[in-house]
Amino acid sequence: MRLAGAWRGLLLPGDVLVVAAGVAFCIYAGLHLWRGGVPDGIVVRAGGQVFAQGDLSHPRKLIVPGPLGETVIEIEPGRARVALDPGPRQYCVRQGWLTRAGAAAICAPNQVSLTLTGRGGEYDSLSY
Amino acid sequence: MTRSVIELTPTIEDRRIARQAASAIALTVAEAAIPLPLPGIKPGLANIVTLVVLARWGWRAAAWVSLLRVFAASLLLGQFLAPGFFFGLAGALASLVALGAAACLPRRWFGPVSQSIFAAFAHIGAQLAVARLWLVPHDGVFYLVPVFAAAAAVFGLVNGLAAAALLRQTPPSGRPGVCAAAGDDSSRL
Repeated sequence: MRLAGAWRGLLLPGDVLVVAAGVAFCIYAGLHLWRGGVPDGIVVRAGGQVFAQGDLSHPRKLIVPGPLGETVIEIEPGRARVALDPGPRQYCVRQGWLTRAGAAAICAPNQVSLTLTGRGGEYDSLSY
Repeated sequence: MTRSVIELTPTIEDRRIARQAASAIALTVAEAAIPLPLPGIKPGLANIVTLVVLARWGWRAAAWVSLLRVFAASLLLGQFLAPGFFFGLAGALASLVALGAAACLPRRWFGPVSQSIFAAFAHIGAQLAVARLWLVPHDGVFYLVPVFAAAAAVFGLVNGLAAAALLRQTPPSGRPGVCAAAGDDSSRL
Protein backbone atom coordinates (compact mmCIF):
# COMPACT_ATOMS: atom_id res chain seq x y z
CA MET A 1 0.00 0.00 0.00
CA ARG A 2 2.82 2.38 0.88
CA LEU A 3 4.47 1.59 -2.43
CA ALA A 4 1.27 2.39 -4.34
CA GLY A 5 0.98 5.62 -2.41
CA ALA A 6 4.54 6.55 -3.33
CA TRP A 7 3.84 6.00 -7.03
CA ARG A 8 0.61 7.96 -6.81
CA GLY A 9 2.55 10.85 -5.34
CA LEU A 10 4.37 11.16 -8.66
CA LEU A 11 1.14 11.89 -10.52
CA LEU A 12 -0.03 15.48 -10.81
CA PRO A 13 -3.75 16.21 -11.31
CA GLY A 14 -3.24 16.90 -15.01
CA ASP A 15 -1.37 13.62 -15.36
CA VAL A 16 -4.39 11.73 -14.07
CA LEU A 17 -6.51 13.45 -16.72
CA VAL A 18 -4.02 12.58 -19.46
CA VAL A 19 -3.87 8.94 -18.34
CA ALA A 20 -7.68 8.81 -18.30
CA ALA A 21 -7.82 10.35 -21.78
CA GLY A 22 -5.32 7.77 -23.04
CA VAL A 23 -7.36 4.89 -21.60
CA ALA A 24 -10.56 6.42 -22.99
CA PHE A 25 -8.97 6.60 -26.44
CA CYS A 26 -8.00 2.91 -26.20
CA ILE A 27 -11.55 1.93 -25.28
CA TYR A 28 -13.04 4.13 -28.01
CA ALA A 29 -10.62 2.72 -30.61
CA GLY A 30 -11.40 -0.82 -29.51
CA LEU A 31 -15.15 -0.36 -29.69
CA HIS A 32 -15.00 1.55 -32.95
CA LEU A 33 -12.46 -0.54 -34.85
CA TRP A 34 -13.25 -4.00 -33.52
CA ARG A 35 -16.93 -3.89 -34.32
CA GLY A 36 -16.31 -6.55 -36.96
CA GLY A 37 -19.27 -8.67 -37.88
CA VAL A 38 -22.07 -6.32 -36.87
CA PRO A 39 -24.29 -5.96 -39.94
CA ASP A 40 -25.55 -2.55 -40.99
CA GLY A 41 -27.80 -3.34 -43.95
CA ILE A 42 -29.30 -5.93 -46.27
CA VAL A 43 -29.27 -6.59 -49.99
CA VAL A 44 -32.01 -8.70 -51.51
CA ARG A 45 -31.49 -10.04 -55.01
CA ALA A 46 -34.05 -11.66 -57.27
CA GLY A 47 -33.15 -13.26 -60.58
CA GLY A 48 -29.65 -11.78 -60.33
CA GLN A 49 -30.90 -8.20 -60.00
CA VAL A 50 -30.87 -6.16 -56.81
CA PHE A 51 -34.47 -6.16 -55.65
CA ALA A 52 -34.14 -4.18 -52.43
CA GLN A 53 -31.46 -2.60 -50.28
CA GLY A 54 -31.93 -1.15 -46.85
CA ASP A 55 -30.88 -0.87 -43.25
CA LEU A 56 -31.64 -3.12 -40.31
CA SER A 57 -32.98 -0.44 -38.05
CA HIS A 58 -36.72 -1.13 -38.07
CA PRO A 59 -38.71 -4.36 -38.37
CA ARG A 60 -40.53 -5.02 -41.64
CA LYS A 61 -41.31 -7.72 -44.18
CA LEU A 62 -40.35 -7.84 -47.84
CA ILE A 63 -42.24 -9.91 -50.39
CA VAL A 64 -40.00 -10.88 -53.27
CA PRO A 65 -41.55 -12.46 -56.39
CA GLY A 66 -39.67 -15.27 -58.11
CA PRO A 67 -40.36 -17.95 -60.74
CA LEU A 68 -41.90 -20.35 -58.16
CA GLY A 69 -43.83 -17.80 -56.15
CA GLU A 70 -43.26 -15.31 -53.39
CA THR A 71 -40.34 -15.39 -50.93
CA VAL A 72 -40.97 -13.49 -47.68
CA ILE A 73 -38.00 -11.84 -46.02
CA GLU A 74 -38.35 -10.68 -42.44
CA ILE A 75 -36.15 -7.93 -41.07
CA GLU A 76 -35.65 -7.03 -37.42
CA PRO A 77 -33.16 -4.66 -35.83
CA GLY A 78 -29.74 -6.25 -36.29
CA ARG A 79 -30.91 -9.41 -38.07
CA ALA A 80 -32.86 -10.75 -41.02
CA ARG A 81 -34.16 -14.11 -42.26
CA VAL A 82 -36.06 -15.76 -45.03
CA ALA A 83 -39.42 -16.42 -43.37
CA LEU A 84 -41.19 -18.20 -46.22
CA ASP A 85 -40.03 -19.63 -49.51
CA PRO A 86 -41.74 -21.82 -52.09
CA GLY A 87 -38.57 -23.84 -52.78
CA PRO A 88 -38.76 -27.62 -52.27
CA ARG A 89 -35.91 -28.07 -49.76
CA GLN A 90 -36.25 -24.90 -47.67
CA TYR A 91 -32.50 -24.52 -47.08
CA CYS A 92 -32.66 -20.74 -46.93
CA VAL A 93 -35.57 -20.80 -44.48
CA ARG A 94 -33.86 -23.33 -42.22
CA GLN A 95 -30.79 -21.11 -41.95
CA GLY A 96 -32.83 -19.02 -39.57
CA TRP A 97 -31.82 -15.55 -38.51
CA LEU A 98 -28.71 -14.09 -40.13
CA THR A 99 -26.81 -11.88 -37.68
CA ARG A 100 -23.30 -11.39 -39.08
CA ALA A 101 -22.01 -9.06 -41.76
CA GLY A 102 -21.39 -11.06 -44.91
CA ALA A 103 -23.89 -13.80 -44.06
CA ALA A 104 -26.13 -14.86 -46.93
CA ALA A 105 -29.20 -17.05 -47.40
CA ILE A 106 -29.75 -18.24 -50.95
CA CYS A 107 -33.08 -19.60 -52.12
CA ALA A 108 -31.78 -21.03 -55.38
CA PRO A 109 -35.01 -22.51 -56.77
CA ASN A 110 -36.83 -19.18 -56.46
CA GLN A 111 -33.68 -17.22 -57.47
CA VAL A 112 -33.80 -15.04 -54.37
CA SER A 113 -30.89 -14.24 -52.09
CA LEU A 114 -30.56 -12.27 -48.88
CA THR A 115 -27.18 -10.84 -47.84
CA LEU A 116 -26.23 -8.85 -44.78
CA THR A 117 -23.77 -6.06 -45.45
CA GLY A 118 -21.39 -4.47 -43.01
CA ARG A 119 -17.87 -3.22 -42.54
CA GLY A 120 -15.09 -5.36 -41.18
CA GLY A 121 -16.86 -8.70 -41.39
CA GLU A 122 -14.73 -11.74 -40.79
CA TYR A 123 -15.78 -13.23 -44.10
CA ASP A 124 -16.43 -11.94 -47.58
CA SER A 125 -19.47 -14.16 -47.61
CA LEU A 126 -20.91 -16.79 -45.32
CA SER A 127 -23.44 -19.45 -46.26
CA TYR A 128 -24.39 -22.89 -45.10
CA MET B 1 51.70 7.46 -39.81
CA THR B 2 50.36 10.86 -40.73
CA ARG B 3 49.01 12.93 -37.94
CA SER B 4 45.47 14.05 -38.44
CA VAL B 5 45.09 17.79 -38.72
CA ILE B 6 41.42 17.68 -37.82
CA GLU B 7 40.94 17.94 -34.12
CA LEU B 8 37.53 17.87 -32.52
CA THR B 9 37.37 19.11 -28.99
CA PRO B 10 34.21 17.93 -27.33
CA THR B 11 32.66 20.43 -24.98
CA ILE B 12 31.34 19.54 -21.56
CA GLU B 13 27.87 19.55 -23.04
CA ASP B 14 28.95 17.13 -25.78
CA ARG B 15 30.31 14.73 -23.19
CA ARG B 16 27.17 15.00 -21.10
CA ILE B 17 24.92 14.30 -24.08
CA ALA B 18 27.13 11.38 -25.10
CA ARG B 19 26.85 9.93 -21.61
CA GLN B 20 23.07 10.33 -21.59
CA ALA B 21 22.75 8.89 -25.09
CA ALA B 22 24.91 5.94 -23.99
CA SER B 23 22.51 5.09 -21.17
CA ALA B 24 19.56 5.37 -23.58
CA ILE B 25 21.34 3.08 -26.06
CA ALA B 26 22.08 0.56 -23.31
CA LEU B 27 18.40 0.49 -22.35
CA THR B 28 17.35 0.01 -25.99
CA VAL B 29 19.79 -2.86 -26.50
CA ALA B 30 18.75 -4.51 -23.24
CA GLU B 31 15.10 -4.12 -24.17
CA ALA B 32 15.72 -5.80 -27.55
CA ALA B 33 16.27 -9.05 -25.63
CA ILE B 34 12.70 -9.04 -24.29
CA PRO B 35 10.41 -11.22 -26.40
CA LEU B 36 7.43 -9.21 -27.61
CA PRO B 37 4.08 -10.38 -28.91
CA LEU B 38 3.73 -7.97 -31.81
CA PRO B 39 6.33 -6.11 -33.87
CA GLY B 40 6.23 -2.43 -33.08
CA ILE B 41 5.23 -2.85 -29.45
CA LYS B 42 8.00 -2.42 -26.91
CA PRO B 43 8.35 -0.64 -23.59
CA GLY B 44 10.64 2.09 -24.93
CA LEU B 45 12.63 2.32 -21.71
CA ALA B 46 15.12 4.66 -23.38
CA ASN B 47 12.43 7.31 -23.27
CA ILE B 48 12.91 7.51 -19.51
CA VAL B 49 16.33 9.00 -20.28
CA THR B 50 14.79 11.37 -22.84
CA LEU B 51 12.21 12.55 -20.29
CA VAL B 52 14.80 13.17 -17.59
CA VAL B 53 17.07 15.03 -20.02
CA LEU B 54 14.10 17.09 -21.18
CA ALA B 55 13.27 18.12 -17.63
CA ARG B 56 16.86 18.89 -16.65
CA TRP B 57 18.50 20.22 -19.81
CA GLY B 58 15.74 21.26 -22.15
CA TRP B 59 14.31 20.14 -25.44
CA ARG B 60 17.43 20.51 -27.59
CA ALA B 61 19.46 18.14 -25.41
CA ALA B 62 16.53 15.69 -25.35
CA ALA B 63 16.40 15.75 -29.16
CA TRP B 64 20.12 15.01 -29.38
CA VAL B 65 19.85 12.11 -26.93
CA SER B 66 16.77 10.67 -28.61
CA LEU B 67 18.09 10.83 -32.18
CA LEU B 68 21.59 9.63 -31.28
CA ARG B 69 19.92 6.71 -29.56
CA VAL B 70 17.83 5.86 -32.64
CA PHE B 71 20.86 5.84 -34.95
CA ALA B 72 23.37 4.18 -32.62
CA ALA B 73 21.01 1.53 -31.27
CA SER B 74 19.91 0.57 -34.79
CA LEU B 75 23.58 0.21 -35.81
CA LEU B 76 24.28 -1.96 -32.77
CA LEU B 77 21.23 -4.15 -33.39
CA GLY B 78 21.86 -4.43 -37.14
CA GLN B 79 18.63 -2.62 -37.90
CA PHE B 80 20.09 0.49 -39.52
CA LEU B 81 18.00 1.45 -42.60
CA ALA B 82 15.79 -1.62 -42.07
CA PRO B 83 12.04 -0.98 -41.71
CA GLY B 84 12.33 -1.01 -37.94
CA PHE B 85 14.79 1.85 -38.10
CA PHE B 86 12.38 4.05 -40.03
CA PHE B 87 9.59 3.23 -37.58
CA GLY B 88 11.88 4.18 -34.73
CA LEU B 89 13.04 7.38 -36.42
CA ALA B 90 9.52 8.51 -37.34
CA GLY B 91 8.33 7.68 -33.83
CA ALA B 92 11.23 9.52 -32.22
CA LEU B 93 10.68 12.65 -34.35
CA ALA B 94 6.95 12.68 -33.60
CA SER B 95 7.63 12.09 -29.91
CA LEU B 96 10.04 15.02 -29.82
CA VAL B 97 7.44 17.32 -31.36
CA ALA B 98 4.89 16.10 -28.81
CA LEU B 99 7.39 16.53 -25.97
CA GLY B 100 8.15 20.06 -27.11
CA ALA B 101 4.45 20.89 -26.96
CA ALA B 102 3.76 18.97 -23.73
CA ALA B 103 6.66 20.66 -21.96
CA CYS B 104 4.86 24.00 -22.42
CA LEU B 105 1.85 22.80 -20.40
CA PRO B 106 1.62 24.31 -16.91
CA ARG B 107 4.13 22.43 -14.75
CA ARG B 108 1.95 22.65 -11.67
CA TRP B 109 -0.56 20.33 -13.28
CA PHE B 110 1.30 18.30 -15.88
CA GLY B 111 4.43 16.35 -15.04
CA PRO B 112 6.64 13.78 -16.77
CA VAL B 113 3.77 11.27 -16.89
CA SER B 114 1.73 13.55 -19.17
CA GLN B 115 4.73 14.21 -21.35
CA SER B 116 5.48 10.50 -21.54
CA ILE B 117 1.94 9.60 -22.56
CA PHE B 118 1.75 12.33 -25.20
CA ALA B 119 5.10 11.18 -26.58
CA ALA B 120 4.02 7.53 -26.58
CA PHE B 121 0.82 8.30 -28.51
CA ALA B 122 2.76 10.48 -30.97
CA HIS B 123 5.18 7.58 -31.39
CA ILE B 124 2.53 5.02 -32.29
CA GLY B 125 0.76 7.59 -34.49
CA ALA B 126 3.90 8.12 -36.54
CA GLN B 127 4.61 4.40 -36.66
CA LEU B 128 1.13 3.67 -37.94
CA ALA B 129 1.38 6.47 -40.50
CA VAL B 130 4.67 5.04 -41.83
CA ALA B 131 3.21 1.53 -41.84
CA ARG B 132 0.07 2.65 -43.68
CA LEU B 133 1.91 4.79 -46.25
CA TRP B 134 4.84 2.50 -46.91
CA LEU B 135 4.87 -1.06 -45.64
CA VAL B 136 1.22 -2.10 -45.44
CA PRO B 137 -0.70 0.16 -47.81
CA HIS B 138 -4.04 -1.11 -46.60
CA ASP B 139 -6.49 0.13 -43.99
CA GLY B 140 -6.17 -3.23 -42.24
CA VAL B 141 -3.27 -1.70 -40.29
CA PHE B 142 -5.74 0.33 -38.32
CA TYR B 143 -7.18 -2.89 -36.93
CA LEU B 144 -4.16 -2.85 -34.62
CA VAL B 145 -4.76 0.70 -33.37
CA PRO B 146 -6.39 -0.42 -30.08
CA VAL B 147 -3.45 -2.72 -29.29
CA PHE B 148 -0.90 -0.01 -30.04
CA ALA B 149 -2.90 2.58 -28.12
CA ALA B 150 -3.14 0.31 -25.08
CA ALA B 151 0.62 -0.28 -25.23
CA ALA B 152 1.21 3.46 -25.50
CA ALA B 153 -1.01 4.18 -22.50
CA VAL B 154 0.58 1.48 -20.32
CA PHE B 155 4.22 2.02 -21.26
CA GLY B 156 3.77 5.78 -21.38
CA LEU B 157 2.48 5.67 -17.80
CA VAL B 158 5.24 3.33 -16.59
CA ASN B 159 8.06 5.29 -18.24
CA GLY B 160 6.60 8.57 -17.05
CA LEU B 161 6.41 7.29 -13.47
CA ALA B 162 10.00 6.05 -13.68
CA ALA B 163 11.18 9.43 -14.99
CA ALA B 164 9.17 11.26 -12.30
CA ALA B 165 10.74 9.06 -9.61
CA LEU B 166 14.24 9.75 -10.93
CA LEU B 167 13.56 13.47 -11.12
CA ARG B 168 12.22 13.48 -7.60
CA GLN B 169 15.46 11.95 -6.28
CA THR B 170 17.48 14.77 -7.82
CA PRO B 171 15.12 17.58 -8.75
CA PRO B 172 15.94 19.72 -11.82
CA SER B 173 18.09 22.75 -11.08
CA GLY B 174 16.41 26.11 -10.70
CA ARG B 175 15.58 26.53 -14.34
CA PRO B 176 12.40 28.47 -15.06
CA GLY B 177 10.82 25.49 -16.77
CA VAL B 178 11.45 23.24 -19.72
CA CYS B 179 9.48 25.35 -22.13
CA ALA B 180 11.45 28.49 -21.36
CA ALA B 181 14.70 26.53 -21.22
CA ALA B 182 14.01 25.12 -24.69
CA GLY B 183 13.42 28.64 -25.91
CA ASP B 184 16.76 29.71 -24.46
CA ASP B 185 18.49 26.84 -26.18
CA SER B 186 17.06 27.60 -29.57
CA SER B 187 17.93 31.27 -29.30
CA ARG B 188 21.54 30.23 -28.67
CA LEU B 189 21.73 28.29 -31.93
